[in-house]
Amino acid sequence: MLRFLTRRGLGAAFILLIVAAVTFFLFFAVPGDPARLACGKVCPPETLVQARHNLGLDQPIFVQFVEWVSGIFVGRDYEELGHCPAPCLGYSFVNREPVFGTIVDRLPVTLSLTVGAAIIFLLFGVGTGIIAALNQGKALDKVASVSSLIGASVQIYFVGTLAMYFLVFQWQIIERPRYVPITEDPIGWAYGLLLPWIVLAIIFTANYTRMTRSTMVEQLSEDYVRTARAKGMSARTVVLRFALRGTLTPIATIFGIDLATLIGGAIITETTFSLQGIGRLSIQSVNNDDLPMLMATVLLAAAAIVVFNVIVDALYAVIDPRVRLS
Amino acid sequence: MTIPSETTAEPTAAIAPAASGGDLVGRSPGQLMWRRFRRDPTGMISAVIVLLFILVAVAAPLISLLYGKDPYTTYGQDRPGLLNDFGFPLLPNGGISSEFWFGIEPGLGRDVFMQLVYGIRTSLLIALAATVATTLIGIVIGIVAGYVGGRTDYLIGRVIDVLLSFPSTLFIIAFMPVLENIMVKPEEETPVWLRAAALITFLTVFGWAGLARLLRGNVLSLREREFVEAAKVTGASPARIVFRELLPNLWTPILIQSTLLLPALVTSEAALSFLGVGMIEPTPDWGRMFLRGTEVYTDDITYLMFPGIALLIFVIAFNLLGDSVRDAFDPKIRR
Repeated sequence: MLRFLTRRGLGAAFILLIVAAVTFFLFFAVPGDPARLACGKVCPPETLVQARHNLGLDQPIFVQFVEWVSGIFVGRDYEELGHCPAPCLGYSFVNREPVFGTIVDRLPVTLSLTVGAAIIFLLFGVGTGIIAALNQGKALDKVASVSSLIGASVQIYFVGTLAMYFLVFQWQIIERPRYVPITEDPIGWAYGLLLPWIVLAIIFTANYTRMTRSTMVEQLSEDYVRTARAKGMSARTVVLRFALRGTLTPIATIFGIDLATLIGGAIITETTFSLQGIGRLSIQSVNNDDLPMLMATVLLAAAAIVVFNVIVDALYAVIDPRVRLS
Repeated sequence: MTIPSETTAEPTAAIAPAASGGDLVGRSPGQLMWRRFRRDPTGMISAVIVLLFILVAVAAPLISLLYGKDPYTTYGQDRPGLLNDFGFPLLPNGGISSEFWFGIEPGLGRDVFMQLVYGIRTSLLIALAATVATTLIGIVIGIVAGYVGGRTDYLIGRVIDVLLSFPSTLFIIAFMPVLENIMVKPEEETPVWLRAAALITFLTVFGWAGLARLLRGNVLSLREREFVEAAKVTGASPARIVFRELLPNLWTPILIQSTLLLPALVTSEAALSFLGVGMIEPTPDWGRMFLRGTEVYTDDITYLMFPGIALLIFVIAFNLLGDSVRDAFDPKIRR
């Protein structure tokens, strides 16, 4: 296990380095000049040179990249802004705040959004999948398959906006979604994010229902399930202890991908519900030409994907002891 | 050659006539697939709906002619009595009337029905081009990786790893302005073709990796089969092996994947437009209708309903079609 994790960890670090390098060179290699932006509207040439120097933009791109990467591990010193301790992702071009601090500020919003929605869609999706599989071909199965088809085909910006219109503005059942830290007010936290959670769950549940149903149907016809039944085990034990275990592998796969995508920035969801998470931050940094901030959000999104890939692969071995990690 | 599987020798088609004394009828896998598909009502209905959408896209100018309006004229602004002082339609439900079937766009006052009809063209064309490009690149790279193997396979595998780890939506949003910075002079306006080409390119660059990985796996297992070995022993050229031995066995996964890819790309394109990096004015586009719709939804929800429901029907029909195509090709797979 340790060897597997070391090997995959190194692989993941390598992928992150490539993603960072590609993003860095593409964005720093363009004619647009971030120094001009940092310098302000009226910008005398001397100030521009100074601004460029302060941002480290007068150095060759390669040197800039090495400095950026080493800043993450050992920190960096800025002439103007002083020392930036390790994990240093630079300073925002726009408000001169440390990028790392802003990310740390925004991450709880995205994490709360993800965790809440994930719990709902995982439980609900797997639950309806099991029920559909046990009632194969009956009305309940048909209802589950039709609703998961609609759920899988609908768009967040459409359902989310409809939900906002009817539930928030027309009927005033629920308040506008907002983020309250869970440490301050757990009930307010859940209440404020309830609507985005439900909307995300509508869209993500479908995949789990379909996946669970189809794998469960297969598992139920396996010999080992029949043996368990023949031995006189209760239906509950057969389904939950035996058949469900066999469906966990594909579910872990899609759950890993979904979590990674959401943590990396639920851009559309956060835009639809005006939540100030990582997704919004990334859009704002694009609009402001704030390259250090953008680099950080890209890195975070890519990190979420590679980290969850490793976790899911390691989980396979836990779920199914026959799987050998290599 | 194609691997003879149980599916190609369907008992009802081949054995039944023989038993009743009739002649044996030879059918290609394609014919069998078509026969199975025709018997699937869901598949047929969704195919008709998909065709209807395509027909509307193709016949958009004709519809415009019959309907008497075009997607560019700002009727609401040109004619008094259609929009109020805030730019919202005076009539209820987004200004739906016998003249403007689906109402009027808030602000600019264009005809919603025409926007929707011409919008299919944009969305479908971009998605179709990206699907074709993605599929072609995916086929070529997947086969090369699987067939050549060794260092090439390893290298391609790592490129795919990186691409699949790339936060593609974020990257496209961020890189679109950069691209325009390079391609367009500051005083010029971005040409529509550039946006369209950029969208197709980006969707393709981030799209092929999944298909390539899938096909590589298929080729890896096919490569070791006897019929490929036999072809090699008889001195067949690599080109022959790839085109005559491998490719015919890959059509099924390719067709299934691309049927599922097209609606995914239509929604991706709409999502990018919604986030502001899609098609630009005045080209009619569903994604931009969503963007405008979410801006004005508190005052005029009707405008959002049309692209929303149209896209929903389109995606459902296409997903059902994809499922039916899969069933028709491989009846063994039970969903």
